[in-house]
Amino acid sequence: MARGPMRTRSPNIILSAAACALLVAGIALAIFWAPEDVDQGFSQKIFYIHVPIALTAYACFAWGAWKALRHLWARDERYDLESYTALHIGTIFGVLTLVTGSIWARISWGVWWSWSERQLVLFLILFLFYSAYFMLRYSIEPGPLRANLGAVYALFGVVLIPISFLAIRLAERFIHPVVFNRKVGDNLSTAQLSTLLISIVGMLALAGALYLNELAGKRLDVRLRELRELLA
Amino acid sequence: MTTAEKYIAAAYGVFVVALLLYVAIIALKLARFERDVAELEELARARLSEREAELEEVRRG
Repeated sequence: MARGPMRTRSPNIILSAAACALLVAGIALAIFWAPEDVDQGFSQKIFYIHVPIALTAYACFAWGAWKALRHLWARDERYDLESYTALHIGTIFGVLTLVTGSIWARISWGVWWSWSERQLVLFLILFLFYSAYFMLRYSIEPGPLRANLGAVYALFGVVLIPISFLAIRLAERFIHPVVFNRKVGDNLSTAQLSTLLISIVGMLALAGALYLNELAGKRLDVRLRELRELLA
Repeated sequence: MTTAEKYIAAAYGVFVVALLLYVAIIALKLARFERDVAELEELARARLSEREAELEEVRRG
């Protein structure tokens, strides 16, 4: 009985500490160490927060889809809760991606949003798709039907991730900057790349910590509800 | 402070505010859990005293 909460505590503390250290280091390096971009100047520093947040949102959605697949495979309620939690965290990072991306658009293009840019619109579609997951989930009574439908929906959404990610590279107008090229030195210096990588790892650690935290909370909620039913 | 610097500060600020908001939500959730546990504790104690009273009655015949 006591092993459940103990199992999640240790990785959660490690991930939280790693996220704290790496994100503080990432922000400090972005401001004081990484050189300014030749084309974009100081405004390029937004990438050290925007790109890690966006990649983390993709990772959370992919993790949610993976857990959904495991649920459909094993029909285990545990995976349904894990999938739901990952998508929940992914949606929060999705909101932050849209907000920071919008700020970046304002600096670089002078507008908060551009409907003609397919990469922006595709990310918005991906975000809205996963937002609708919660509407679907809460419109069905808890049980196997809700878990199965939610899992199938989460799996469908994963198709949008590579499309949204590749849209940045396939965009005809090439307004959205590509961070990773085949040759790293082409568009990022070593200092810029290492700062970005530290920020990405920090953001992933933060998402991991939030995921474990949220999962522990949701499991506790379920156990309390069961205990109340037993005592009632 | 230039306009670009202000926007960059706003972007990082949004992230920090979101984190703080999350911490606040977790604090609220913890408070709810504490209330729930206290309520269940009370319920369990009530059950226990009911049980003890029943046992006492059985002992007395």
